[in-house]
Amino acid sequence: MTILQVENLTMRFGGLTAVNNVSFTAQQGNITAIIGPNGAGKTTLFNCITGFYKPTSGGITIMHGKPLRLDKLPGHAIARKGRVARTFQNIRLFGGMTALENLLVAQHNKLQAATGFGVLGILGIGKYRAEERAAIERAKYWLAQTGLLERADDPAGALPYGAQRRLEIARAMCTEPVLLCLDEPAAGLNPRESAALNELLLNIRADGTSLLLIEHDMGVVMKISDHIVVLDHGKKIADGTPAEIRSDPHVIAAYLGEGDEGLEETETTL
Amino acid sequence: MSAVLELKGVSTFYGAVQALRDVSIEVNEAEIVTLIGANGAGKSTLMMTIFGQPKAKSGEIIYQGETITALPAFQIARRGIAQSPEGRRIFPRMSVEENLLMGAQVVNYADYDKQLSMVLELFPRLRERFAQRGGTLSGGEQQMLAIARALMSKPKLLLLDEPSLGLAPLVIKQIFGAIRQLNRETGLTVLLVEQNANQALRLAHRGYVLVNGAITMEGTGAELLARPEIRAAYLEGGH
Amino acid sequence: MTRAVDMLKDAAAVAFFALLIFAPFLGLQLSDNDAGGLSLSARPALLAAAVGLTFLARIAMLLWHQYRPAAPNVHIAAAAQKSGKYIAPALLVFALVMPFLPGLPNAYIDLGVLIMTYVMLGWGLNIVVGLAGLLDLGYVAFYAVGAYSFALLATNFGLGFWECLPLAGILAACWGTFLGFPVLRLRGDYLAIVTLAFGEIIRLIITNWVSLTGGPNGITDIPRPTLFGLKFSMAGGPGTFAGFFGLDPHPSQRITFLYYIILALALLTNWVTMRLRRQPLGRAWEALREDETACRSLGINVRNTKLTAFAIGAMFGGFAGCFFAARDGFISPDSFTFMESATVLAIVVLGGAGSQLGVVLAACVMIGVPAMLQSLQIYRMLIFGAALVVIMVVKPRGFISTRRPTVALRKAKEIGAELIAQGRG
Repeated sequence: MTILQVENLTMRFGGLTAVNNVSFTAQQGNITAIIGPNGAGKTTLFNCITGFYKPTSGGITIMHGKPLRLDKLPGHAIARKGRVARTFQNIRLFGGMTALENLLVAQHNKLQAATGFGVLGILGIGKYRAEERAAIERAKYWLAQTGLLERADDPAGALPYGAQRRLEIARAMCTEPVLLCLDEPAAGLNPRESAALNELLLNIRADGTSLLLIEHDMGVVMKISDHIVVLDHGKKIADGTPAEIRSDPHVIAAYLGEGDEGLEETETTL
Repeated sequence: MSAVLELKGVSTFYGAVQALRDVSIEVNEAEIVTLIGANGAGKSTLMMTIFGQPKAKSGEIIYQGETITALPAFQIARRGIAQSPEGRRIFPRMSVEENLLMGAQVVNYADYDKQLSMVLELFPRLRERFAQRGGTLSGGEQQMLAIARALMSKPKLLLLDEPSLGLAPLVIKQIFGAIRQLNRETGLTVLLVEQNANQALRLAHRGYVLVNGAITMEGTGAELLARPEIRAAYLEGGH
Repeated sequence: MTRAVDMLKDAAAVAFFALLIFAPFLGLQLSDNDAGGLSLSARPALLAAAVGLTFLARIAMLLWHQYRPAAPNVHIAAAAQKSGKYIAPALLVFALVMPFLPGLPNAYIDLGVLIMTYVMLGWGLNIVVGLAGLLDLGYVAFYAVGAYSFALLATNFGLGFWECLPLAGILAACWGTFLGFPVLRLRGDYLAIVTLAFGEIIRLIITNWVSLTGGPNGITDIPRPTLFGLKFSMAGGPGTFAGFFGLDPHPSQRITFLYYIILALALLTNWVTMRLRRQPLGRAWEALREDETACRSLGINVRNTKLTAFAIGAMFGGFAGCFFAARDGFISPDSFTFMESATVLAIVVLGGAGSQLGVVLAACVMIGVPAMLQSLQIYRMLIFGAALVVIMVVKPRGFISTRRPTVALRKAKEIGAELIAQGRG
């Protein structure tokens, strides 16, 4: 069953066409990867899907329950109504707040509704207390899933890089999305951390959330994706399973290059 | 073989937290040396300490025989050290051309043209985007721009902090290939910090392993690649 | 040796600039001469002394940079943290009993009222600047709206202070929302300029709409606050405070009453802010300051969150304005200049990192110190300026440069200022 449908999506910035008539679908419960050379338009595509840009033409539809046109929603409604969450290429955590606080901010809308326009909350009556407790439990769950429970009270800005990446994912999951969009989640992670990331993403998929990710780390992409879409210069050049993509000559020429055999060893003595 | 860069017993603090413990490394003429280690081990701190931001609390940094530990950053740059820093740090409101011009501040005009055609050869993408503002480039393109900008100053020593971050596999191969070529043809000395330990150790002549701010291992690239501890910690599960 | 030569060259350059700057101000003096005109005389000795002092100070500064002791001031920070827990309660107790301290002249209670007013303004602006990170340079607009609302309602409709207080707050909140709308998309400097303009616009409207506001002459005969209907007049008798309690009327009674009103209002502001910080709204404000884009991606309605910050901050400004009008019984546009906005903003920034306690300390320094140095006349501003420079160098992120998380699984640890965003608007 399709969860996301991108139809003839085009994004132009003045004279520059960043995304050119791209169409693809992502299946529910799948991990769909978007790969391609630098500057191919991957993050621009993401930004269109997650509401940061309004596409020049084309449509993006999320099919959870009744279909909803994402490109017609205001930015902040994408998470709430569209149930689409995202992480960023350059991590955007709330650095001066603790990990736990970051995860509570993610649950803002639910908590805010329980405060009765804020007034009841200030006075300490109403359902707020219970809702806050539930929110903290949900936060604890995701902190545990990402291995950050011990660091819940540490400021997010002080966490090591790999932990920050995981926290951003945990925060996105606290909005209870049906589609999680990850922009280069493995960037800067060493192979060990990448393996842990794979596990985390597979767990998220097992829980029922669909994933869409941009990634350069083939160790992540090939291992866990169900479906890969390849962009180059704004156009889709390939669309298929990892096996198909890995052997596609266009993709190899434009993006993957020949295997490691092409890399010679440097002389060890000078 | 003379040392272009030497760190002797360098320790650096961020406030009360010690980020580098008594680090001693050396980079010799025309060598490619790599520094590998986990996130948070202090690799970027070491790169930044060479430029004096933060200043080393103890120990010495010697570049071509001169102690540069206390020099302000811009003077260090003028002595022929160029850096492609962590997080790229390109000038977002300046065009690609202007960014490259900024990198070439220290060279004369004759060399500028030569360096420019060299970097554009290396990163054809930048030629396509020559007049575009740096901030509109994609993440990987910005990384290319950062490296190109560092190369514009015709440095004697090139510091690269995670140059492969966010780059497509093909481009990573191209860059590493280009670094090897520059090293061979012009004797460019390179200190490279990399998460991608596999590629880095294959590229480098020698390597150091940084754990929690201290050097725990050193050896040639091949030696380190063969070590079981290195394989387990940094290469397992990789591509 | 080159180091020493470099230092001397640097200091010489600085001394040269000092010479250029000081020459017209210190080197020359204008004075009245016997012929009834002005004559110009030179003061070379003073100029030389000033330039020489600058030279030496620069050398000292360069030396200090070089040989600064490397001791991490962890111990100082830890000690400050421990004592910090006691500072706030101690200040509160002091504030509560201050008017009754034996032998305290009225002037000090008056100063207390002044400081408390600025504390309240600071706490109100803190919501906008400190928590939400929106650089508002026109806060005086809401102060003015509150004051003039009360003044006009009182003189035209005969309403008293207590009736007008909530109305002033509501009107100011409305203005806060009006101001918020056009300003929503602006960042940093642009937001600052537009809010500054709004502050000036309000002042100009007040000055020029003479038929409504009396223009530059202001509004007089604003009723003073009463205690359950008891007036604080100097003529004792029935219906006054003194008469009711059988005391001799004394000016300190009214001033003390005023003091407790503003103290109560300020504490109300503080209580609401503390509560809101723990609510999703307060957390959303702080998240907005840290990263607006991430907030949007989490489904937070950034526009409404910003508007709420403006409105609530404005409301407290309105309350303070209402009080201000009641305190003097007279207001005019002169009290609502840009300097007021700048002072309140300085208090918030000096306080640091959205901290409530910081605002109190900063208000004491910014308002209390110049007031207490009155006797030093022309040296007053010099000392004050020097004090501010010292504070900026030693504590660039303000007095309280840490933030306390509002929720914790185990123990809430203070977060240092280097991690906290300063807000891009």
